[in-house]
Amino acid sequence: MNAMQYEAPGTVDEAVALLAGADGESRVLAGGTDLLVQLRSGLIAPDLVVDVKKIAEMQTVTVEDGAFCVGAALSGAALGEHAEMKAAWTGVVEAMELVGSTQVQGRASLGGNLCNASPAADSVPALIAADAVALIAGPAGRREAPVAEIATGPGQTSLARGEIVIAFRFPKRPPRSADAYLRFIPRTEMDIAVVGAGVNLTLDESGVCTDARVALGAVAPRALLVSEAAEALIGSPVDEAALERLDAASRAACRPIDDKRGTIAFRTKVAGVMARRAAVIARKRAGGE
Amino acid sequence: MAKAHVTTTINGEPVEYLCETQQTLLDVLRDELGLTGSKEGCASGDCGACSVIVDGRLVCSCLMLGVEAQGRDVETIEGMADGENLHPLQQKFLEEAALQCGICTPGILIAAKALLEKNPDPTETEVRYWLAGNLCRCTGYDKIIRSVLDVAAESKGA
Repeated sequence: MNAMQYEAPGTVDEAVALLAGADGESRVLAGGTDLLVQLRSGLIAPDLVVDVKKIAEMQTVTVEDGAFCVGAALSGAALGEHAEMKAAWTGVVEAMELVGSTQVQGRASLGGNLCNASPAADSVPALIAADAVALIAGPAGRREAPVAEIATGPGQTSLARGEIVIAFRFPKRPPRSADAYLRFIPRTEMDIAVVGAGVNLTLDESGVCTDARVALGAVAPRALLVSEAAEALIGSPVDEAALERLDAASRAACRPIDDKRGTIAFRTKVAGVMARRAAVIARKRAGGE
Repeated sequence: MAKAHVTTTINGEPVEYLCETQQTLLDVLRDELGLTGSKEGCASGDCGACSVIVDGRLVCSCLMLGVEAQGRDVETIEGMADGENLHPLQQKFLEEAALQCGICTPGILIAAKALLEKNPDPTETEVRYWLAGNLCRCTGYDKIIRSVLDVAAESKGA
């Protein structure tokens, strides 16, 4: 086994320079709850690991004129303790809090959950539904990309060599807006999503949905933004007829795998149910009936 | 490559060690420092037998590199009792026989300590969810949960 170089820089620029200048294989270490398992199982043998937890802007939550920016390496436990973020983006926070055990929550991060690129990552559909933007730093400078464009397939991302997701910026919330995330697992805790659904919506004063985003996880090689499902809600009071259209549109978007954890037919059916239930929760959180 | 030199705090004491960069904190605790109270169950973060507290957060020491402990504050099961005086959770686990083979016990005690420090009066549901990442293959969960709740109730009454 070759010795692995470990670095824990204090700035984004140093981290990018280390990653961009590395000769062999390199990995970013945030919470390490996926990386350490891959390392220990021999799935990866990086020459360089860059620990980003000492970079202040990757560990903080800032709010500017109602728009939140969340550091990509902030732990789920710390995110869950941020009362303002939890109130504004309840669905995103509840999705992150579903990842793993209390112990995993002490380390796991939104950035790690996204960049590990599991199709079943719980926080990713919620981030996509929230219209969160990934702030990326790399050798060519900084850029932004919608969260939906980061993961490209299982374990694969669109990030270039030396690029790091450093934070997530959330749009300013209009009044009567709320989100929700639900997943199906065969037990009540500590499992990987068989299907996940994130719904984010805004209601007008009469309770009619004026804007919505719906994203599904674990039903395709990467989390899907389903615009047809969102369109089913917009213009409706998120009533039974709208939920029926949402259910159908969600099912129609599914391209799941067939495995021991869920068949294609099961995942497809459950995706509609999860989307429907998440929409009802979001509607209630937004102050609707 | 030379081993990494790490300066950290374990159970309130300053500690220095040398480790390979690939070694987990659990490997370092057990193999380099002789702190064998933290157990290796699954080595993949599923069982919680290796639970420790780092900078106030409950974590799996099998999912953390030894080099990451640089400058951190680590609490292990070895620091839970105050000399000969057991922690109330340790005492209660003995009194109520909340252990069978004992492999999961150090991790569960550390996890329960972290819970009661954050939430001194948890509901049964909160205890069960908090400890969901600590597996007991003897399946003695009920006595474990009851012991944690009893400690919480007694400290509330005190």
